[in-house]
Amino acid sequence: NSMDRGAWQATVHGVASRVLVASRHFANDATFEIKKCDLHRLEEGPPVTTVLTREDGLKYYRMMQTVRRMELKADQLYKQKIIRGFCHLCDGQEACCVGLEAGINPTDHLITAYRAHGFTFTRGLSVREILAELTGRRGGCAKGKGGSMHMYAKNFYGGNGIVGAQVPLGAGIALACKYNGKDEVCLTLYGDGAANQGQIFEAYNMAALWKLPCIFICENNRYGMGTSVERAAASTDYYKRGDFIPGLRVDGMDILCVREATKFAAAYCRSGKGPILMELQTYRYHGHSMSDPGVSYRTREEIQEVRSKSDPIMLLKDRMVNSNLASVEELKEIDVEVRKEIEDAAQFATADPEPPLEELGYHIYCNDPPFEVRGANQWIKFKSIS
Amino acid sequence: MAAVAAFAGWLLRLRAAGADGPWRRLCGAGLSRGFLQSASAYGAAAQRRQVAHFTFQPDPEPVEYGQTQKMNLFQAVTSALDNSLAKDPTAVIFGEDVAFGGVFRCTVGLRDKYGKDRVFNTPLCEQGIVGFGIGIAVTGATAIAEIQFADYIFPAFDQIVNEAAKYRYRSGDLFNCGSLTIRSPWGCVGHGALYHSQSPEAFFAHCPGIKVVVPRSPFQAKGLLLSCIEDKNPCIFFEPKILYRAAVEQVPVEPYNIPLSQAEVIQEGSDVTLVAWGTQVHVIREVAAMAQEKLGVSCEVIDLRTILPWDVDTVCKSVIKTGRLLVSHEAPLTGGFASEISSTVQYYRTQGHVPNKAKRWNLKKGLLQGSSKENGHLLLKMFCMTGQRIQRTKC
Repeated sequence: NSMDRGAWQATVHGVASRVLVASRHFANDATFEIKKCDLHRLEEGPPVTTVLTREDGLKYYRMMQTVRRMELKADQLYKQKIIRGFCHLCDGQEACCVGLEAGINPTDHLITAYRAHGFTFTRGLSVREILAELTGRRGGCAKGKGGSMHMYAKNFYGGNGIVGAQVPLGAGIALACKYNGKDEVCLTLYGDGAANQGQIFEAYNMAALWKLPCIFICENNRYGMGTSVERAAASTDYYKRGDFIPGLRVDGMDILCVREATKFAAAYCRSGKGPILMELQTYRYHGHSMSDPGVSYRTREEIQEVRSKSDPIMLLKDRMVNSNLASVEELKEIDVEVRKEIEDAAQFATADPEPPLEELGYHIYCNDPPFEVRGANQWIKFKSIS
Repeated sequence: MAAVAAFAGWLLRLRAAGADGPWRRLCGAGLSRGFLQSASAYGAAAQRRQVAHFTFQPDPEPVEYGQTQKMNLFQAVTSALDNSLAKDPTAVIFGEDVAFGGVFRCTVGLRDKYGKDRVFNTPLCEQGIVGFGIGIAVTGATAIAEIQFADYIFPAFDQIVNEAAKYRYRSGDLFNCGSLTIRSPWGCVGHGALYHSQSPEAFFAHCPGIKVVVPRSPFQAKGLLLSCIEDKNPCIFFEPKILYRAAVEQVPVEPYNIPLSQAEVIQEGSDVTLVAWGTQVHVIREVAAMAQEKLGVSCEVIDLRTILPWDVDTVCKSVIKTGRLLVSHEAPLTGGFASEISSTVQYYRTQGHVPNKAKRWNLKKGLLQGSSKENGHLLLKMFCMTGQRIQRTKC
C-alpha cells in the first residue's frame, strides 16, 4: 500500500476532528463501474467494476489535490521568476501518477520523461523537496543541481530531458528486475510525441524477446508539444504500436480505471508473460512548458470542456460524495490542509539557500581521489569529488 | 563581465611579461608562479556567480548587396530560407514544428508562401529526420532539415557521420547528398542547462565529408546559410540561439553569399590573435576593446566562421604577425576545437610552412634561426599562449 506518510497522518487527524464535529456515518466502501479498456492481443482485460474504500478514496483525493496544487504553485513561482529554466507541469494528469502508484508496490520501479513532478511526489518525495529542487536550492531532491526535469527518488529513475531516451533505460531496469528475481516490475513511461522515436521500438523488441517485466506506458495527452497526435503519428492507436506486445487503452482521467489497468498489467508481467503496453488517454491543462501558452494549437473551449467534464479530481470527488464515502466539507478540509502544506513548502523553497559554488564540479565522475575541473578560464578551478 | 575581466587580466600579465625578465625565467623552469595565478589569487572575482554576458556588436551596414532591412538573427534565417525556396524549386524545409514557424520563429510565413508540400513537420525523430533528409538530397532535391536543438542531434549522429559524410566517397562520386543542410540552434542561452545549451561542433569536426558553420550575426548568418544550402557538400549550420533576438543588424533583402572556409579578420592588431566563433566573437571583441583601452594591447580578432574545413592560412598568418594566440569557445575544454587550432598552428610554425616576415627556419632542427635570444622569446611566447600544448608537439 503505497502511501505518503504525511498524507496518512493528516487523514487520521482529519477524521478525528470530524468525528467531534458531526456524527455522520460514511460508507466503508463502494463499488463503481469503470470504462472497459480497448484490448490488443489480449483475451481479457482489467475488470469493469472496482471497489473503492473510503480510506483509499481519501488518500487518492489528497494525493491528487497535492499534485494539482503543487503544479499550480510551481506555475506561480515560475511567473515570479523564482523558478527559472524549464518547467513542465502535469496538472490534468493527476489520475495517471496517483493511479499508477495505486496499482504497484513501492518496491516496483518507475521511469518517465520530463513531466515528472507528479511522479516524484507519488514515488515518495515530499513537496518541500520537489519545490526546492525547482527553485534550485540545497534542500532540493537533487541538491539543486537537477531542476525540474531531473528529479529522482528510491525506485524512481527520473526525470529525463531527452525525449524517448528513457524507454530503453526502462527496459534495462526491467531486465534487472527479472534477473534479481524479486517479482518486481518496471513502469516505463513516455508521451505521445516520444512514441515516434526509433529507440522505443528497439526497446519493445528487446523486452518482448527476453520477456522482460516491463510495462510500457504511453501517456497520451493528445499533443506532443504543439503537434496534435493526428499530425504526428500514422497510427494514433498507441496501445497497438507495440505490435507483438499486448496492449490496453485506458481512460487516464479516471483514477480507478488507471488503478485497475495497472494492477492487471503488473499481474501480467509478474506472471512472466513478458512486457505489456498501456496507453493512458489523458490531458494537460497547461501548455507543454511554461514558455508555451498552450492555446495556439488548441482552443480554450477544448481545455474548458475537459476541465468541466473529465477533471480527474472532480470525477473522484463526485463519486465519493454520491456514494457517501465522504462529504463535501470533509474534502474541502483536505483542500485547506493541502493548500497549507504547499504554502509551507513554497516558503521553504524560496528561503532555502542555493547550493554553494564549490559544489559546481561535484559528481562528474566517481573519483577517488578528487580532481580539479577547469572553469570558464584557467584560473577558475572547481574541485570534483563524489 | 568577470569572464571578460579574466581575459583582460591574462593580457595584462602577458604585457607585463614584456620582452625580457619573466620570459627568461620561464625557460626550462616550467610554469612561472608570477605568470599563471592560482584560483585563490583570483579570490572574490572567481567566486562571484558569473552569468552569461556579452554585448552584441553589429557590423556596419553592408552596401554592396543592395537594399537592406533591419533584421534579427531568426529573421535573417527566414530571409535566407525564403530566398532559397524562391530560387530553387526542389528546396524543402522540414523538422519538428517548422510549419507554424518553428520554436524560434525561423520559418515563419514560409508554409503559407510555399505550400505544405515544401514546408512540413516531421514527427519527433531526429535520426529519422536526418536519414530522410539524406534520402531527399541523394535524389538531387535540396533538403533543409532542422534539428530543434543541437543537444538533440545525437540520435542523428550516426546518419550524419556514417551516411551523409561518406556518401560521395563510398559511391565513387556516383551519388552524394551534397544538397542537404542541417540547421540547428546552438550554444548557451543562460537558462538552458544540460539539454538546451550544448555546442557540439567539436564532435562533427572529427568527421571528414561534412562542413560545419557557425555565424556570429544576422548578416553573416544569411550569407553563410545561403552558401551552405548551395554548397555541394552536406553542411551543418549552427545558429547561436542567444543571438536570435539579441542580434539586430541591417541585412540585405536579396540573396548573397559569404564564402565557406574563410575566416574573417574583424579587427587588425599586432600583439595577440584572438580567435572565436558564434557568440564568443562578441565577447572577445569586448575584450579586445578593453585590452586596448586599459592595457594598450593591440588585439587581432578573428571570427573563424567555418569550423570544418577551417581556414588555417588566415589564422596562421595572423599568429606569425602577432606571435600569440588565444582561442575561446563555449564547448568543454578537452577535445574542444581550440585544441585542433592550437596544435595546427604549432605544427605549421615548426615546419616553417607558414611564410614569415624576417625569420628563417632551420627545417632540419625545426628551430628558428636567428639569435638564441629571439628563439627563446618566440618559443616562450608560444609556450605561454598554449600552456601544455607545446609539450605535445615537438618544437
